[in-house]
Amino acid sequence: MSTQFHRTEMLPAQSPPIGERGLVKWLRANLFATPLNAFMTLVSIYVIYSLVRWLFPWFGNSVWNASSLQECRQIITAAAGEGATGACWALIKERWHQFIFGFYPQDLYWRPTLAFILLFVALAPVLFPHPPRKLFWFTFLYPAIAFFLLWGGSVWLPVVTMLGFGVMGLVYRLLVGRVGVTVATSLGVLAAVLWWLFADGTLAHGLESVSPIGLRAVDSDEFGGFMLAIIIGVTAISFSLPLGILLALGRQSDMPIVKTICVGFIEFIRGVPLITLLFTASLILGYFLPVGVTFDVILRVMILVTFFAAAYIAEVVRGGLAALPRGQYEAADALGLDYWRAQRLIILPQALKISIPGIVSTFIGLFKDTTLVSFVALLEPLRGVTNAVRADTDWQGIYWEPYIFVGCIFFIICFGMSRYSMYLENKLKTDHR
Amino acid sequence: MALAADAPKDSFRLSMLVYDTRFRSITIQVAVLILFVLALSWLYGNVTANLAAKGRPFSFDFLWVRAGYDIAQRPISYTNDSTHFRAAMVGLSNTVILAALGCFFATLLGVTAGVLRLSKNWLIARLMTVYVEIFRNIPLLLWILVIFVPLGELTPAPNAFKVTDQMIADGVEPAASMILAGTVAVTNRGTYMPWAQLEHPLPSGWLTFGAIAAVLVLSFLANARIVMRARAVQEDTGVRPTTWWKSLLVLFTPVIVLLWAMGFHFDLVQPPTRFNFQGGILVLNSFLAILIALSLYTGAFIAEIVRAGILAISHGQSEAAFALGLRPNKTMKLIILPQALRVIIPPLISQFLNLTKNTSLGIAVSYLDLRGTLGGITLNQTGRELECMLLMMMIYLSMSLIISSVMNLYNRSVQLKER
Repeated sequence: MSTQFHRTEMLPAQSPPIGERGLVKWLRANLFATPLNAFMTLVSIYVIYSLVRWLFPWFGNSVWNASSLQECRQIITAAAGEGATGACWALIKERWHQFIFGFYPQDLYWRPTLAFILLFVALAPVLFPHPPRKLFWFTFLYPAIAFFLLWGGSVWLPVVTMLGFGVMGLVYRLLVGRVGVTVATSLGVLAAVLWWLFADGTLAHGLESVSPIGLRAVDSDEFGGFMLAIIIGVTAISFSLPLGILLALGRQSDMPIVKTICVGFIEFIRGVPLITLLFTASLILGYFLPVGVTFDVILRVMILVTFFAAAYIAEVVRGGLAALPRGQYEAADALGLDYWRAQRLIILPQALKISIPGIVSTFIGLFKDTTLVSFVALLEPLRGVTNAVRADTDWQGIYWEPYIFVGCIFFIICFGMSRYSMYLENKLKTDHR
Repeated sequence: MALAADAPKDSFRLSMLVYDTRFRSITIQVAVLILFVLALSWLYGNVTANLAAKGRPFSFDFLWVRAGYDIAQRPISYTNDSTHFRAAMVGLSNTVILAALGCFFATLLGVTAGVLRLSKNWLIARLMTVYVEIFRNIPLLLWILVIFVPLGELTPAPNAFKVTDQMIADGVEPAASMILAGTVAVTNRGTYMPWAQLEHPLPSGWLTFGAIAAVLVLSFLANARIVMRARAVQEDTGVRPTTWWKSLLVLFTPVIVLLWAMGFHFDLVQPPTRFNFQGGILVLNSFLAILIALSLYTGAFIAEIVRAGILAISHGQSEAAFALGLRPNKTMKLIILPQALRVIIPPLISQFLNLTKNTSLGIAVSYLDLRGTLGGITLNQTGRELECMLLMMMIYLSMSLIISSVMNLYNRSVQLKER
């Protein structure tokens, strides 16, 4: 008889070997998988270590309360010994309002702040899914309100200018029954343009002399800081999107003349640096206007930046239009929709959804490019305000702190925009990939 | 028989111009054309009126007047006695040099960072993400300034390197010393480094350049022939002959021989005995700052493009390649990369264009490129804003068009050939 050995009871499950579980497994899989990987990990750890060792004392010795760079350095030397370096955030604490508002009068800070808060109310139709209908009217009126709050002056100029849209609507209403949509729209636009060209100034002046209501006027020279960057950025963003869509549709259109003009505009703007366009705004735009006519430099810059962004948006939207399957266009035609209905109901909602990442990165680029307006002597935060602050003898010789502060704010805004675009993309996603 | 042609003919009514789709597009185009021409003539009229009011004709004669200012970085010969046109050409070549080097380094950096961001190494991938996000979300202007400031502030002046006979006799060391075995000096003006020089070049610079270029092109053609023959042998027999040493020989020997014959040597940098360094070449801090900033900034964008391009290739492609028995690096080279390139190249072109246009930010560090010369000093000296700006825009525009057409040619060669 042979004896047989076999277990009669189950062994408890054993935990995997130490190299195959927990932290060790993670380290082996993610940091030390191959010799090359291990080498790269060690190099990165060394790089991070030397960066931290270099930067930590500087941040650690930060000074928050001082009235000049000299005092800052004295405090650092007293605290950390001779030769120690440290950040002097006291500059930011003392001058933050200039970085935000430029040289806008201090007692009027509530005006840009209010305009900024109202901006989010005006943006509600874009930000939230089902806003109340009345908010659209507020969005429509917001440019006039913001202009009045920021620049001040007589209330009548923005009011009368907005009335131009009322004239447009009135003419359209009166004529639409008789001559049809196309003619009524063109005549409405014509009436509004005539209103702005001829009635606007005189009427505003007349009303001003009858009842002078208004806020203290603030000159464009006093604008600056992130307020200026946001004003230029938001204006250019909100006007470049519709303009860019129109340009993209024009470029896709089968009307040769319209197409040529759109292509020429887009390629010209995209072919030259933004700086040259800004110099155009500040130096040679006057040549193209009637003799003696000139207008505010911020407005000129805003128009050129809007054109610049519109050309880029047009290319992004064109990509979206081209990516749409041919069948969508044909289906819209088969349903008997006319051009604008087909675009509005079928084509653009899909094309714009595809283009969201491109559109948002254009906006991010645009917002970063607002720093270039310092070259036409506007006080944007990065160069304009920083140099103005540094010109003060108290703070002469300070370099890193203002750059880090401004860079952080730009990072927060731009990173926020890119995350929002990802969220939007996810929310609007309808395919099942 | 009733034919379609017999259908009742509408008499033409004026309203059909607007409501009949057959005529509407013509009406719209005519209206647009009329408005466009009106706008152009309005602008033209304004320009002539403005020029007349200022009492100056529209002319480019100022280009042939003595410029009278100095440019620190001169790729082509220039003195302050040269014309404004010559100054603009110096500026243009500075722009082109900056753009070409920038595109090269940005691509190198971008491809590396993009591939590393997909690495399985957790730390490296995170580091690259941080790099990309930081550089993409902060304005380029800030990077230029942040790099430029320490280059000027933290480095010694050229005369700190001064070595005089007196100092040698006294055994005194200079205040600052050169790095990399005493060949490169980093100063607050710029970096002095050795530069290639020819002892006895051909009679003219163009001839020398042409000779070197011709030899290089011939070598490349010969190498292409070797590779083609190797491929033919491989197709016939299945065995690829070893060619790497032949390629190396053909590629490098002729040009080395040519350079040796012309007396190629490095012009070393001599520390100053009075004020300035002798020999070598000076790379300006402004140039260095904007080059580094442009490469890092555009590199971050290119990294995202490369990453997206590689991710766009479906996983099945690499699995299929592995199933065929290809190794990972062959899979990358033969399967993934050729397909990814199709996705990568179009956005890469626009990044190159952006970089070229962003070189105009040299204004922030007073780098005298096209904008700094023609659109800067020349404009201010002559007061010819309109002419300078138009000329500068035209040059930038043609540069962009040339780059995009060259890159589009390349793009067409890698795109999928469909019937």
